[in-house]
Amino acid sequence: MKISRIVSLVIVLIAASYFLVPLYATFQFSLQMLRGQWSFQAYRSVFADPNFLSTLSYSAVTSLVAILISTLIVVPTTYWVRLKMPRVKPVVEFITLLPLIIPPIVIVFGYLRLYGSDSLLPLTVSSAGTNLMLVIGYATLSLPYVFRSVDNGMQTLDIRTLTEAAESLGANRSTIIFRVILPNLRAAIVSGAFLTFSISFGEFVFASLLNRPAFGPYLVQIGQDRAYEPAALAVLSFALTWACMVLMQIFANAKPGASRRRRGAAFNPLARRKTA
Amino acid sequence: MTVADDLLNPPSQGGSARSAPAGLPGAKAPRRANWAWLGLLPFALFAAFFLILPIVYLVTGAFQTPEGTFTFDNLIALTGPAILGSYWLSIKLSLVSALLGAAAGLLLSWALVLGGLPRWVRGAFITFSGVASNFAGIPLAFAFIATIGRLGIVTVLVRELFGFNIYGAGFNLFSFWGLALTYLYFQLPLMVLIITPALDGLKTEWREAAESLGASHAQYWRMVALPVLSPSILGCFLLLFANAFGTLATVYALTGSQFDVVPIMLFAQIRGNVLYNPNLGYALALGMILIAGLSNVLYLVLRSRAERWRA
Amino acid sequence: MSFLTIAKASKSYGATTVVRDFDLAVGKGEFISFLGPSGCGKTTVLRMIAGFETPSAGHISIDSRDVTLTAPNRRRIGMVFQAYALFPNMTVAENVAFGLKVAGADRATIEARVKDMLALIHLEHLAERYPYQMSGGQQQRVALARALAPKPQVLLLDEPLSALDAKIRVSLREEIRAIQKQLGITTVFVTHDQEEALSISDRIVVMNGGRADQIGTPFEIYNRPATRFVASFVGTLNLIDVTVADPAAGTVKIGEQIVTLKEVLAASSGETVTLALRPESGSILDGARGDTALTGEVVSSNFLGSVVRTRMRVGESLISFDMFNSPGFAPPALGERVTLRFSAADLLVLRD
Repeated sequence: MKISRIVSLVIVLIAASYFLVPLYATFQFSLQMLRGQWSFQAYRSVFADPNFLSTLSYSAVTSLVAILISTLIVVPTTYWVRLKMPRVKPVVEFITLLPLIIPPIVIVFGYLRLYGSDSLLPLTVSSAGTNLMLVIGYATLSLPYVFRSVDNGMQTLDIRTLTEAAESLGANRSTIIFRVILPNLRAAIVSGAFLTFSISFGEFVFASLLNRPAFGPYLVQIGQDRAYEPAALAVLSFALTWACMVLMQIFANAKPGASRRRRGAAFNPLARRKTA
Repeated sequence: MTVADDLLNPPSQGGSARSAPAGLPGAKAPRRANWAWLGLLPFALFAAFFLILPIVYLVTGAFQTPEGTFTFDNLIALTGPAILGSYWLSIKLSLVSALLGAAAGLLLSWALVLGGLPRWVRGAFITFSGVASNFAGIPLAFAFIATIGRLGIVTVLVRELFGFNIYGAGFNLFSFWGLALTYLYFQLPLMVLIITPALDGLKTEWREAAESLGASHAQYWRMVALPVLSPSILGCFLLLFANAFGTLATVYALTGSQFDVVPIMLFAQIRGNVLYNPNLGYALALGMILIAGLSNVLYLVLRSRAERWRA
Repeated sequence: MSFLTIAKASKSYGATTVVRDFDLAVGKGEFISFLGPSGCGKTTVLRMIAGFETPSAGHISIDSRDVTLTAPNRRRIGMVFQAYALFPNMTVAENVAFGLKVAGADRATIEARVKDMLALIHLEHLAERYPYQMSGGQQQRVALARALAPKPQVLLLDEPLSALDAKIRVSLREEIRAIQKQLGITTVFVTHDQEEALSISDRIVVMNGGRADQIGTPFEIYNRPATRFVASFVGTLNLIDVTVADPAAGTVKIGEQIVTLKEVLAASSGETVTLALRPESGSILDGARGDTALTGEVVSSNFLGSVVRTRMRVGESLISFDMFNSPGFAPPALGERVTLRFSAADLLVLRD
């Protein structure tokens, strides 16, 4: 008994230091821009760079549009599959999980060739088309997470019974979807949204190969040119990821049904659902 | 289906969905079925155009010359020493980082679930893991440069305190082991997130039954706990492998195009930094798809052997 | 000479004491049941015998060897759990072989023993099945075989029948008892089901609030409950509050009716005492025998299959009585006045 407790304490301490030392070191490093004193000079320099704000807002907008697209596709599909076609669920599930298996660079390479200048649908020629490609790409990358989150939400909701109950009370389809299903699914959708945001926000491969003025390529650029600003940017990015996750947790727990899930489950769209 | 599919989808859930009544039988049934398919159309179109077709395009392109005639040349070109070396490097790095992540993650999960530590420790680590597993890419590279880069805080601290230069001793963040250490930062939490529920699934009675039958702790772990966990561990391992295999941004931010794992090589190909032959690019992509596919097939085979006992 | 001895065992978690001053001597080959509601400490005592819990005070010895601090895997006990707890990754045969395997037995010994054990539980034909392919009853029999295979000194059964269907529960408990007698193994059985305890045990320990309220044979426990708790927990019991009329003569008043008890009362005249009467003790049929009669008004009558349970009001008290069903028997109607005859010897005066 005692030995296993000491061993696990040691393991936990090692893991904690592995996780925390880089965070602290990065923060300390970001304060050392001015020789011989601590300062927020690196942060001031970051915020003073017009490219920082422009790429940041570009990425924020593209991430939000991606969230919109993936939600619009995943929510009705999941609802429909659960309600009407439970037999195709494994197929849908398999497709939504493909982006976890196929490397992003392969997917974007496919886009570049399939929708390149000499294709039938030359999306990548115009700026608007390329922007569309980027948000579609992010929506694709987010499929596994959004699907998982929404599907879990519907699982706990038992949407079939809810739908039948609403129907028996005389509600029509749109009433059911907008007044019954969506309000109850809000937590699950928001969870998926924050995950999508944290993934696509600093994404590099798609943005770089599609040549978009996004935050990821900007980060790489700064990394090559500067010494202290990257550390400041890393701290800011970590804070942003953390904020996304905390907000997700708050939203996930704000609803009845979602609160029954084990603590941390909302952070963890990949976890096995409890089979109890 | 896939590693991910299984991890995310315990058998009981799929069953419940399938066992749901599939609509009322009767005269209206055929018309309803037609409508039902229509409801899937948006998703099907999206998946086809932005997921399936791009992949199919690359796969078929791998077997074509730039003029469009059938050829194996691209695949043969994959066996050139540079490309083969790149694949080998990628596989090695992914294997090592997945092994490290899986082993460390399992240990950490064990400590959190069964180590008898206060409950909040577990909560804190799970929460942190949720963040850290998403903290990949370029900011992660920056953080490690600031920590154990040549001028990193820890590097400098170790040199000043102990007079020990880790770079002099052969460590280099921009090398294989440096990358493996960096990857661990998102691999370890990912493993913790996925394997913790599996450890929760180990019943206390199994351990007690084993003990009452005279088994030692080690015997219990070797004969019961690890075999029961093995499908989950295997699945996690392959997910970590795929995760590492596709990682580009972290490597790129750390080493630029110097460290040519396959994604970097493909990236360079697409960017046109290297002599550009799109069909060779397709072949590179095909190789990546094949490795993803093979690791899934391998997973299915191993799992079916490890899991004869599961319903 | 007792084989398993528990002496002054207590167990506390922080400020809560779940078992206090528990004494028990179990003879070799005896079948003992711990009976009590959930939270009475019965499982904790069992787990202290198994070694999964260490007593806060007191001693446990098996075969004259003090095992209070011995690790569970060195105690040579066999344990069967409520939720079967078969190893899911092993076949039936592998599960049964487990204890022998970790003990380092050779292959031939293991095979022979596994065969014997599977024959004992009549599941030879399922040797290669995995637990998930079997019913709960089959799994629990395998769990029993697994526990018995390494020839343990004591067999511990922790509510082994609770998760099963009613019918299997009865057949399996008979099977457990038969196997226990055949092997002559000292057995401790934990249950909250009084019928189970009464039907299977040599002796029963009725537990309440971490203590043993009464230890005795099923017959003693049922017919001579020592405390009010035992009386109410074991079997169905009418509790009748009566007023003492004459303590020396043993007469009491129920409403306006006088009943003479077979014993002298310790209470004084006018005081209230509680009597207990089993529902099966009396009858309202014509020609029923009994030295005592109570008349009352029928307030309910429930047909339960083999018996009819009727309730009547006597003064302030409600008294239930059971009668066997027979096609010629018409249950009394509501509001009917009936007379219940029984022997005064069946009336127990309860102390608390």
